[in-house]
Amino acid sequence: MEWETVIGLEVHVQLSTNTKLFSGASTAFGADPNTQACAVDLAMPGTLPVANEQAFHNAVKFGLAVNAEIGKRSVFERKNYFYPDLPKGYQTTQLAEPIVGPGYVDLQLEGGRTKRVRIHHAHLEEDAGKSLHEDYHGMTGIDLNRAGTPLIEVVTEPDMRSAEEAVAFARQLHNIVTSLEICDGDMSQGSMRFDVNISVRLKGEEEFGTRTETKNLNSFRFMEECIALEVERQIDVLEDGGKIVQETRLYNGETKTARSMRTKEDSNDYRYFPCPDLLPVIIDDDFIETVRQDMPELPEARRERFIKDYDLPDYDASQLAGDRATADYFEATVKACGEAKLAGNWVMADLAAYLNKEEIGIAQSPVTPVMLGGLIARIKDGTISSKIAKKVFEAMTKGEGDADAIIEKQGLKQVSDTGELEKMVDDVIANNQAQVDNYRNADPAKRPKMLGFFVGQIMKASKGQANPQAVNEILIKKLEG
Amino acid sequence: MHQHTIAQLVQGLRDREYSSVELTRHYLDRIKRLDGTYNSFITVTEERALAQAARADERLAQGKAPALCGVPIAHKDIFCTLGVRTSCASKMLDNFIAPYNATIVENYEAAGAVMLGKTNMDEFAMGSSNETSFYGPVKNPWDTGCVPGGSSGGSAASVAAHLAPAATASDTGGSIRQPAALCGLTGLKPTYGRVSRWGMIAFASSLDQAGTLTRTAADSALMLNAMASFDPKDSTCVDQPLEDYTAHLDQPLDGLKIGIPKEYFGDGLNAETAARVQDAIKIYESLGATTHDISLPHTHLAVPAYYVIAPAECSANLSRFDGVRYGHRCDNPTDLHDLYERSRSEGFGEEVKRRILVGTYALSAGYYDAYYNKAQQVRRLIKQDFVDAFDKVDVILGPTSPSPAFAFGAKSQDPVAMYLEDIYTIATNLAGLPGLSIPCGLVDSKPVGLQLIGNYFAEGRLLNVAHQFQLATDFHEKCAPGID
Repeated sequence: MEWETVIGLEVHVQLSTNTKLFSGASTAFGADPNTQACAVDLAMPGTLPVANEQAFHNAVKFGLAVNAEIGKRSVFERKNYFYPDLPKGYQTTQLAEPIVGPGYVDLQLEGGRTKRVRIHHAHLEEDAGKSLHEDYHGMTGIDLNRAGTPLIEVVTEPDMRSAEEAVAFARQLHNIVTSLEICDGDMSQGSMRFDVNISVRLKGEEEFGTRTETKNLNSFRFMEECIALEVERQIDVLEDGGKIVQETRLYNGETKTARSMRTKEDSNDYRYFPCPDLLPVIIDDDFIETVRQDMPELPEARRERFIKDYDLPDYDASQLAGDRATADYFEATVKACGEAKLAGNWVMADLAAYLNKEEIGIAQSPVTPVMLGGLIARIKDGTISSKIAKKVFEAMTKGEGDADAIIEKQGLKQVSDTGELEKMVDDVIANNQAQVDNYRNADPAKRPKMLGFFVGQIMKASKGQANPQAVNEILIKKLEG
Repeated sequence: MHQHTIAQLVQGLRDREYSSVELTRHYLDRIKRLDGTYNSFITVTEERALAQAARADERLAQGKAPALCGVPIAHKDIFCTLGVRTSCASKMLDNFIAPYNATIVENYEAAGAVMLGKTNMDEFAMGSSNETSFYGPVKNPWDTGCVPGGSSGGSAASVAAHLAPAATASDTGGSIRQPAALCGLTGLKPTYGRVSRWGMIAFASSLDQAGTLTRTAADSALMLNAMASFDPKDSTCVDQPLEDYTAHLDQPLDGLKIGIPKEYFGDGLNAETAARVQDAIKIYESLGATTHDISLPHTHLAVPAYYVIAPAECSANLSRFDGVRYGHRCDNPTDLHDLYERSRSEGFGEEVKRRILVGTYALSAGYYDAYYNKAQQVRRLIKQDFVDAFDKVDVILGPTSPSPAFAFGAKSQDPVAMYLEDIYTIATNLAGLPGLSIPCGLVDSKPVGLQLIGNYFAEGRLLNVAHQFQLATDFHEKCAPGID
């Protein structure tokens, strides 16, 4: 039997506003527990919410980026349930009239394949606090710093058909929200969390199978692993003649296992109703226009521009345009050196490898675009070879200054002076008579290969600083002349 | 001193007839001496009051006194007061010291008023007799065997017994106007959104409105001047220009068109009460007003709609009282569920539990459309009734409550009978309109209230209409027996 996977995502995106969705408390991460929770966040009696305009600005920005209709009338509702990290006993969220209506995202998949994933809607809501179960000896600690932090929950249609598509969508969404600068995209701190709805059906079947929802995945890798695991589990159950139970599941990324958290039967009746403390928010065309003016270039448009303006190959353009910080870095480097292809190679290879090794973001790179551009300029003008450039780059990462300073200080300048080079060639010829004889007696067709030995000797003698092209020319002249 | 109105006290303080400290001490002494009988205060803030009074005297001496400088008032215990227990008359909040002031408390402080203490009320403002308070019932100064009305029973009794010259109160379905009627006072519920709800513990957010209990309409105007403000901390507060509510008090009533809704004079209205209201209508006619029969056809749906919407909102508003962060927590909870169940079972009284259950039911899957949605539709029809009526008339007049004060226990076992106490007041909350009750005579030696309903933000006109009545009559000057 051939099975088809059907995936829909619910993504919680934490908005980078300065203050919470309904209070003036700070949203900065990492403060001591309960130091960023004001009377409103603590749900003190008599406190009232006031909606944060910046959150609406961000949500509308997102809506425009995913080609969505903007909800002109946006209504907050109360979702009622008891939990210690939910101080009011209800979450203020949106249901019937969300801020972002239907939209879509187009994905570029491997092999040049494209895929459209439809967005059902995205709504604004407040985050809950955190329950801390460790370190309290059988008790639970509550930290309400996160309580009230603004989120948009992005809900897709069940349009994805594989883990690859789901991860591609997740990455694209990450690129979009970070490009828009509405979310810091830091998944390790929970800034983006994914709930994955998975079902399988026989290929050709029209009806969807029963789905399960795996909650709170916070990395692309976990998402990929969890989908593979769940798809396999569902197929096993069905092929054994069993039925899929609609349930909420949890995936453990460390043990690579998943378990059922609750089934549909014990799901809550949330008793949603419009929040009487908040009036419907009317979004007018002027507001939308103001947001539109504020829209940065999105990854897809930038990718196309990179191909057109910089003559980059498709692959390079996709790699460089996806993430806004990378794309900005790349463009600043090009500006500094005028060499797009070389700049792209350096950003994707040496710089990426270094950042990866150090586990830091491109924004934290000790080598700035101007510095990298300066290095590339020296390659281009023949001051140093590509090989020496790697050495200079390494020195730059250690804070030893810009390319020119390092080249100067370490005397790495390429030797192109003909007199100096001729002397080196003469020495090598004098000291390697046997190889010289071999060369001269060899078939001319085989000679270029044999030339390598002499070049190597000269590079060694010059500590790599001899200009290879000049060395070649002089060698051929002397050996054959 | 305690016979003076606010207007007289403001003058007396400015003329140095007495200092604010003397005045405050006088009221504190009366509370100490007499409130054992009425139980109108939950907390008396003697120290704070005297400190505020001393500061007020300094400002008076400097000639920089704000409008209510040195005047003592009482706050309903539904308003958060910084550093002072704010209980909402519930065991749940018996240990709750508010960490901030309600906006209206701040506003009165800015106006120089002195806080005497926090007044008793029905638990979480749920009740019409003040019998649901954790701190015991409040007695009506006119007849201590009778209820003072509710939920602002403590505020009403304290003013009627001259333990405070005025008190703040709140009105979700009649909680200012009905106690005003039963205690012979002037009670004003402003337009929804005229006064900030920040710091007023929520019962039903879309209906709750702070207001005042005073002895005269002129005092209500002075009190509203200090209370009203646009508050960015309350999203439902309306940014309407502030006005001087005393400015139009003296305007004559010639040409005033008063609507008399036939639905407010039907079955269930005490005949004697109806007669007092009819007398009042004649007085208005003698003052130059014309009366017009009108209809508010959806009036009979107001109580049922209210008892879906208010409990629905309260069921969510009261979820925060879970024993986790503040308020009552049961002893030795065995697990989370036990903590919630026992803390809430022990902390809430019967009427509060009843309304939480009713509201939870009305919002449940499968019932939402039949109850909550339907009630909201009815609410729109009720509002439209008033909008149509105000096309034809300037104010609407009728009884405030169906009968005078009733005996303790008379209705407390019959929730529906109790709910019908607010049959004439609830519709104005559903519509968000301002309403006012003034005394219009006695029945069986107990006061009867006349209700006036105005158009949105027409508090000035409403107070003018009430003041002119009080210039022509002396019902508001009558005191409860034994109160000098």
